[in-house]
Amino acid sequence: MAESKPKPKVQKEVVPMPKQKPEVRRRNFNEVALGYAEEQAIAEANRCLQCPKPQCVQGCPVEIDIAVFIRLIREGKFDEAVKKIKEKNSLPAICGRVCPQEEQCQKLCVLGKVGDPVSIGRLERFVADWERERSIAIPEKALSTGKKVAIIGAGPAGLTAAADLAKLGHEVVIFEALHLPGGVLVYGIPEFRLPKSIVQAEVDYIKKFGVKLRPGYLVGRIYTIPELLKKEGFGAVFVGTGAGLPQFMSVPGENLGGIYSANEFLIRVNLMKAYAFPEYDTPIRIGRHVVVIGGGNVAMDSARSALRLGAEEVCIVYRRSREELPARKEEIENAEEEGIVCKFLAAPVRFVGDEKGWVRQMECICMELGAPDESGRRRPVPVKGSEFVMDVDTVIVAIGRTPNPIIQRTTEGLEVTRWGTIVTDENGRTSLEGVYAGGDIVTGEATVISAMGAGKKAARAIHEYLMKKQ
Amino acid sequence: MYKIIAKKELAPKIKLFEVYAPEIAEKAKPGQFVILIVGEKGERIPLNIAGYDQKKGTITLVFDEVGKTTKQLGLFKERECIGNITGPLGNPSEIKKFGKVLCVAGGVMIAPMLLQVQALRDAGNVVTTVIGARIRDLLFFEEEMKALSNKLYVATDDGSKGYKGLGFLKEIIGKEKFDRCIAMGPVIMMKNVSEVTKPFGIATVVTLMPIMVDGMGMCGVCRVTVGGKMKFACVDGPEFDGHSVDFDELIKRQMLFLPEERLSSLLWERLGGCSCGGK
Repeated sequence: MAESKPKPKVQKEVVPMPKQKPEVRRRNFNEVALGYAEEQAIAEANRCLQCPKPQCVQGCPVEIDIAVFIRLIREGKFDEAVKKIKEKNSLPAICGRVCPQEEQCQKLCVLGKVGDPVSIGRLERFVADWERERSIAIPEKALSTGKKVAIIGAGPAGLTAAADLAKLGHEVVIFEALHLPGGVLVYGIPEFRLPKSIVQAEVDYIKKFGVKLRPGYLVGRIYTIPELLKKEGFGAVFVGTGAGLPQFMSVPGENLGGIYSANEFLIRVNLMKAYAFPEYDTPIRIGRHVVVIGGGNVAMDSARSALRLGAEEVCIVYRRSREELPARKEEIENAEEEGIVCKFLAAPVRFVGDEKGWVRQMECICMELGAPDESGRRRPVPVKGSEFVMDVDTVIVAIGRTPNPIIQRTTEGLEVTRWGTIVTDENGRTSLEGVYAGGDIVTGEATVISAMGAGKKAARAIHEYLMKKQ
Repeated sequence: MYKIIAKKELAPKIKLFEVYAPEIAEKAKPGQFVILIVGEKGERIPLNIAGYDQKKGTITLVFDEVGKTTKQLGLFKERECIGNITGPLGNPSEIKKFGKVLCVAGGVMIAPMLLQVQALRDAGNVVTTVIGARIRDLLFFEEEMKALSNKLYVATDDGSKGYKGLGFLKEIIGKEKFDRCIAMGPVIMMKNVSEVTKPFGIATVVTLMPIMVDGMGMCGVCRVTVGGKMKFACVDGPEFDGHSVDFDELIKRQMLFLPEERLSSLLWERLGGCSCGGK
């Protein structure tokens, strides 16, 4: 279409999204970001240049037609915009909130070269919320293929694979070991960043495709993968069991009371709703001086949750410097606004407890950055004689997780790496015929959206495999 | 939902449920446990599997009413349903012909021990069983154990029935040569039994049930120190070498949430105590 009018001036600045004020939100579990109103969404959508060859799409692991859905928002066609997104992504309200867009689609936005990139994530969130507040359209589904697929794990990878396979007409059953679906979306990411009612709504949407959910079913301990394939009539299996066992630091005193793994802390607070104890049965105990070890998103989530549970001060201790912090910039800013303090270039060497076995002090050593390690980041090296002591009464260890071993131990012939992750090709094929895997169980800890991307690719490969196999 | 097919009171506050859970019943083995949630607002608690019947599709759970969840559970009636039961979890026991086996069970753990004794006998072992409780009224399964074991001893803490305390163990170990000892019960009991068997060099297996949340290798609250290394009772256990376990650390860790557990229980009782699980 030829432009006759002179081009409007480029709006360099992003339309800000309303947020709860730091001094208020630091003591409640309500969502921090409040989302765009209609006018704000249209204003932000109007900033999009509608590039003839949009770069943003290249950065989207699930290949959303970004420019088109933004154009539809501009035109006020919110229902069509969300439909467009859902062609590729069944979980838009979640992705709009927790995707690291600044590293993906928005990183490639042309506007980013002269100002702020278009806030694609906020727009995705806006239309997904707009639809949920009205009524969610019942999705179209292909005719039944008569094939059955088992999905192990109802996290981002499994839910995405399930939705895509069900849309293609396969009968899909998700086996989830926990009592609720969502995986890291319910046990890991806190309510104030991703309300659980939204996860529930997106899971309900996936169920509308006819996906069956079996909560409290641990594959490997009830049926194993070979049994699902041979005895239960499943044509293929997708493994999306996620990150598993928490890592500890192997320093003295780590088993003292008051020292939680981030997984334990977040599972208690998010999945079991310990913040509402004793209305909910699962307790959590938070002291006055809380320390979180680690610098990723899980560390930020833990620190901000601890603050909301009433801690007087929360300090993040990270062994590298600010530049190496792996957490999203937005989350670091949010945390600091709320009053969380970061202590860089330090690591614990031991914990000291009281006579009842509760942690009271943490001894740390200062670090300096040496030569880069295999991850490309500069390796922290302890500085001799730099030990110092902090008074602490709660410690949350957020230094990563290792894959859960149950599937690997109970599936003969499944090739795994020496770190315990499952070996696959780029389409999620494992060493066993009909068995696919994706997400953290393959890559080690990564993001929600990369797990969804893996689920999507595997679903495509599973579909091809099933349709060829007669 | 998991329907209660039969309910029995084995002793004051110790109850037995037979629950319809055919998939768990099909796969369960001695030594494994389940995680149970009473209802929507409930906590996840581990319970050892005390029996299973593949034909009926049921598993047997025995519990002691000590906290809010178990007290609530005790109010469930036959034909009512439990919110969620996940299992079987943990590694099954090593069952083979060891020769002469000494089984020592205390309190509510007498129930899963019955399953062990049965399996050990089926594997051709000669089994001497000791069951113990605080007082005589809390003993149960005496007849069942007698029928299954080659020899049965009974002990109570107060001496109201059988031996007083477990001091006599040393004597019987000195007299008979045991090839293996299985201890299931309160942590302090397992610690004491392990201390008694150690000088005799009898391999001793203890079942550790620390605090758990997910029970399948995610949270790490069940971490125990065994032979100086950190182990997760839920995926590495629940059975461990009794001579290598740091019992003192475990005892402290089991009491971590005692004040909260007491508060929760008290509050529930004051509010009239119902079994609905917060629905």
